[in-house]
Amino acid sequence: MAESDVFVPKPSLPPPSGSVGVAGWMRANLFAGPFNTALTLVALWLLVSGLVPLFDWAVLRGHFSGGDAQACRSGGACWLFVGERFRFFIYGFYPAGQVWRVNIVLAVTAAAIGALAWPRTPGKRFLVPAAIVGVPALTLALMHGGVFGLPVVATDQWSGLTLTLVLSVVGIVMALPFGIVLALGRRSKMMAVRTLCILFIEVWRGVPLISVLFMASVMLPLFLPEGVQFSKVLRAMIGIVMFESAYMAEVVRGGLQAIPRGQFEAAAALGLGYWRTMGLVVLPQALKLVIPGIVNTFIALFKDTTLVLIIGLFDVLATVHATIVDPAWPAIAIEGYLFAALVFWVFCFGMSRYSQALERKLHTGHKRN
Amino acid sequence: MKASHWVIGFGVLSAVAMAAAPASAGTLETVKSRGQLVCGVNTSLPGFSAPDEKGKWSGLDVDYCKALAAVVLGDPAKVKYVPLTAKERLTAVQTGEIDVLARNTTWTMSRDTSLGLNFVGVDYYDGQGFLVKKALGVKSAKELNGASVCVLAGTTTELNLADYFRANGMKYQSVVFDTGDQTLQGFNSDRCDVLTSDQSQLYGLRSKLPDPGKAVVLPEVISKEPLGPVVRQGDDAWFNVTRWTLFAWFNLEEAGVTGKNVGEMLKSTNPDVKRLLGVDSDLGAKMGVGNDFAVAIVKAVGNYGESFERNVGKGSPLQIARGQNALWTKGGLIYGPPVR
Repeated sequence: MAESDVFVPKPSLPPPSGSVGVAGWMRANLFAGPFNTALTLVALWLLVSGLVPLFDWAVLRGHFSGGDAQACRSGGACWLFVGERFRFFIYGFYPAGQVWRVNIVLAVTAAAIGALAWPRTPGKRFLVPAAIVGVPALTLALMHGGVFGLPVVATDQWSGLTLTLVLSVVGIVMALPFGIVLALGRRSKMMAVRTLCILFIEVWRGVPLISVLFMASVMLPLFLPEGVQFSKVLRAMIGIVMFESAYMAEVVRGGLQAIPRGQFEAAAALGLGYWRTMGLVVLPQALKLVIPGIVNTFIALFKDTTLVLIIGLFDVLATVHATIVDPAWPAIAIEGYLFAALVFWVFCFGMSRYSQALERKLHTGHKRN
Repeated sequence: MKASHWVIGFGVLSAVAMAAAPASAGTLETVKSRGQLVCGVNTSLPGFSAPDEKGKWSGLDVDYCKALAAVVLGDPAKVKYVPLTAKERLTAVQTGEIDVLARNTTWTMSRDTSLGLNFVGVDYYDGQGFLVKKALGVKSAKELNGASVCVLAGTTTELNLADYFRANGMKYQSVVFDTGDQTLQGFNSDRCDVLTSDQSQLYGLRSKLPDPGKAVVLPEVISKEPLGPVVRQGDDAWFNVTRWTLFAWFNLEEAGVTGKNVGEMLKSTNPDVKRLLGVDSDLGAKMGVGNDFAVAIVKAVGNYGESFERNVGKGSPLQIARGQNALWTKGGLIYGPPVR
């Protein structure tokens, strides 16, 4: 038998050189037709005319090291300023000798979040409750002190990025469970519970956060008996948790409404009671559906914490605010605000990416692409 | 039956509230037993109170807090600074959240008489002025008809501005901002022709412009802004201590006692100096503090003049001249009643 009997297809021709590789991609995506080409050129021009001066200002003429305020007089970005005030932006008024306590808290929090986010961490069943109880307890013990012979650092000295993180982590950790409870309450068949939950949600959702904080800071002390005070940070924290849990409740309720009736009935047929129906059947599905909404609320919460600056608390933005007025430095406002923007972007983008990864992981086929 | 439950509940609540309220001790005793002075300051006003890169507060108002802590507690470091915004500062005094407010607060009749506050005195005579761009060619505030004015919200500045333009039959458009820095950004980016603020702040703001030479401070001062510390009304003992801390601060400068020469001055034979420094007087003890309270002040922050120059004057980037804030013996308004 000759081998020529076997059918050997001719190799297909390579695609035309204009439709593959970089050139092909560009033709398909950037220069398809005159309108697209014009758009591409305009966008390119905007990019170049915006980015080139920015790069020139920020990098080429920027001042990164050496010298003091006088070095920045020659124009260009003054990153020296950010460098010199970096410690203040991160720790604020926290006593310099005690900063290691903040560092430990930040490291442990980061490690806990990392361990929980990593899909293959062993023993998550125990890690989750341990983290939810342990991390706040450790944070309070270490940062506030008064135990293990640590000197007390009152909450009014918590400031800078530390305060932003404390407020937002507490807000996130507390708002989600409260929000779930409120959402379940709002759908409850018990009249009193339902009315209370609706009242709570609508009241807190109906007022702006800024007025909540303002009430907590300015009005509340007037109602309290003379001499009774509790820390402004705590007041702000409670305000933020109340406010955000109302929002969270509505997000979760959206998820609960998307669960078909059959799921409840199936759970009932299996003999599950209310709490087990919710905990084992309904909530896992509902929460998965509303991950984008939940993370959206988290991100909004994270950014909302900057509003505490109107009640005289120093979050990271307020520390920037407070230092850019220093007359020893020439115009430094933009550098300061850019730094704050970068900090917020890093955290918000991180949360957003994690939520997307979580959605992919929990993707069980209901999603339409 | 049900009603009685409510009554009992209410009674318990009010009992708890009553128990929580301390037997109203005077502020002086409270501060002494607490071992810390709680002082309300500006969140950030260069020269008066601003945090440095280590988070340490400094400024003229902060120096007053330190002086008061030195007088009452013998240690200028025993101060808790509470940064306050313009809107919440007076409430903080009223509710007792702070012992004294040293936050560039203007002494006005309504604040003094209707809000349950007492102004301790004046530690800085300020006045509202205008910063304009040189290119406009304006030489006097009277030529500002039709101008757009950048101004800080919620301050007496806004009210003075309205009064001044109305009194002179001129029109203006206000562009309102929330912080001094935003006001400056507005001015710099041509949102307005004129920036108005207290003169103490105008010079600081001008120095932050990319080109300070292109803006000029007009000569008119359109308001009286006597700034000073504030305490709660109805606590005379505390009011006396705060007031005489301030006056002693002035008198130290008048007597020529400085942080450096206080050791020699203690040996002075001048009866005024001896009385002031408590060498042979018991004036401090009568007020409830140490007889050497003036020595504590000068050791903590120097005399008023030293503090002024260090924070806002020649030793600072603000470079504000003494002007009205010079001693009365040198043509200014700073006047401490005699210590005797």
